[in-house]
Amino acid sequence: MSLSPDQVRHIAHLARLRIDDGDVQQYATNLSRIVDFVDQLGQADTASVTPMAHPLDMVQRLRDDEVTESNHRDEYQKNAPATEAGLYLVPRVIE
Amino acid sequence: MHDKTLSELAAGLSKGEFSSEELTRHFLDRIERLDGGFNAFVTPTPEQALEQARAADGLIAAGKAGPLTGLPLAHKDIFCTRGVKTSCGSKMLDNFVSPYDATVVERLAEAGVVMLGKTNMDEFAMGSSNETSYYGPVKNPWDTAKVPGGSSGGSAAAVAARLAPAATGTDTGGSIRQPAALCGITGIKPTYGRVSRWGMIAFASSLDQGGVFARSAEDAALVLGAMAGFDERDSTSVEQAVPDYAAGLEQPLKGLKVGLPKEFFGEGLDDGVRAAVDAAIAVLKDQGAELREVSLPNLGLSVPTYYVIAPAECSSNLSRYDGVRFGYRCDNPRDLEDMYKRSRGEGFGVEVQRRILVGTYALSAGYYDAYYLKAQQCRRLISEDFRKVFEDVDILVGPTSPETAFGLGERADDPVKMYLSDINTLAVNLAGLPGMSIPAGFAAGLPVGLQLIGNYFDEGRLLSVAHQYQQHTDWHRRAPEGLA
Repeated sequence: MSLSPDQVRHIAHLARLRIDDGDVQQYATNLSRIVDFVDQLGQADTASVTPMAHPLDMVQRLRDDEVTESNHRDEYQKNAPATEAGLYLVPRVIE
Repeated sequence: MHDKTLSELAAGLSKGEFSSEELTRHFLDRIERLDGGFNAFVTPTPEQALEQARAADGLIAAGKAGPLTGLPLAHKDIFCTRGVKTSCGSKMLDNFVSPYDATVVERLAEAGVVMLGKTNMDEFAMGSSNETSYYGPVKNPWDTAKVPGGSSGGSAAAVAARLAPAATGTDTGGSIRQPAALCGITGIKPTYGRVSRWGMIAFASSLDQGGVFARSAEDAALVLGAMAGFDERDSTSVEQAVPDYAAGLEQPLKGLKVGLPKEFFGEGLDDGVRAAVDAAIAVLKDQGAELREVSLPNLGLSVPTYYVIAPAECSSNLSRYDGVRFGYRCDNPRDLEDMYKRSRGEGFGVEVQRRILVGTYALSAGYYDAYYLKAQQCRRLISEDFRKVFEDVDILVGPTSPETAFGLGERADDPVKMYLSDINTLAVNLAGLPGMSIPAGFAAGLPVGLQLIGNYFDEGRLLSVAHQYQQHTDWHRRAPEGLA
């Protein structure tokens, strides 16, 4: 199945990725190739096969609900693009 | 010094033939002189290395040294290292200095290992040639016009070029085994859950697994033993004791049941690779191993299955890069959405964006069942094939890659052709099994890798079979010209 440029724009929006208009066609071509390739899975007989989400079919380990982390805010915010008074700054959301 | 294995270097340290500081300076000097030709390192860390080396020398002098104390090693730049840039090969994390150490880094440091630096890799570990790195491609030390394989290409090239005696790597679909094969060294990816993923930057969480590159199985056993084991900070870490891999290496091959999956030996296998792999299998047989042909009938599904599941998990994992808390943020965003979109559009390279888009598509409304659920069902079929053959054999053997290293730039424009490079390795990750690649000779002057696949948690057997093979061959001792 081939993907149209409009579909690529829609998926890019869902993924919050800005793709330049000039590159959309190239993405559409390559993504169509990949989708065509994985479409062969449709031929596999998987009736009554349980989907496998995890290689070891493990059960999620549980732990007691106790505080295990200390406060590292100042250290972690050293990697932030913009902070003020311990808060992460982003462009204004509500005018 | 650089041509010695870790075990030989450890002996030199304990006899006082050289200090860890001298050893470390020797490798740092090689990196500085030679890495311009390979681009294996993103960030060498000479200051930290020398500090760790001096501390190790203190322990050795005090008689408190363990088997790895004072030995140098390089970390793939996917492992978080406190106070050191951790880029994952991406512009997105070019400015990221990790505030903590990954469990793997922490455990090796506790064992006294000296970190030489951080190695180059495909961006976010997505690639089979190390050409998707923001820091430029890595060159294969055997022929610098060829790729080293990927995604852990920098680690593999560093060990092959004798810039480090060992290095860490990660393997989501072959990213340790394929570069080990293409660079003529030993690499092991243990069972899923064996090595902690904590602090290892996520690509596809149900497939990602850390492991080791070294020059021999004996060395790989030493390093893996120090890295592996339960970690409560990784929710998929397995609570199972780690055997003493180094102590278990001397198991004779007599009576070992070796399965040869016929799908590995079909069409598309290069003649030179076939000849080398056949010769390697003959060595196992000479040592008393019993060979039998087996079949993994659903192996052909592994590439399309992987290229649904891995991108789906990647699109979810990489949603954290939003330009808010860390990583790249675009200049002058108009509004919040513009900031998300441009930070991601400018911060990620083309292959990473492609995979995010494929994954988003596969998970989107109306397509989820046809792609993601279907791929998970196929994953079960592939995994069942392995379960059945391991009822009859102890290990599986075949070529790691159907061909030797291909040319730089040769496949960069065709993603599907690039994806098919990993046809022999992907199924192992889908099933979660341990796999290994060891040097098995050459085809037209380029290294050939022999892949060993074991049953769950049987990495000790893989290491011992590889070690026995290496007692009867010397392919693992070969070095690229001028680098011995």
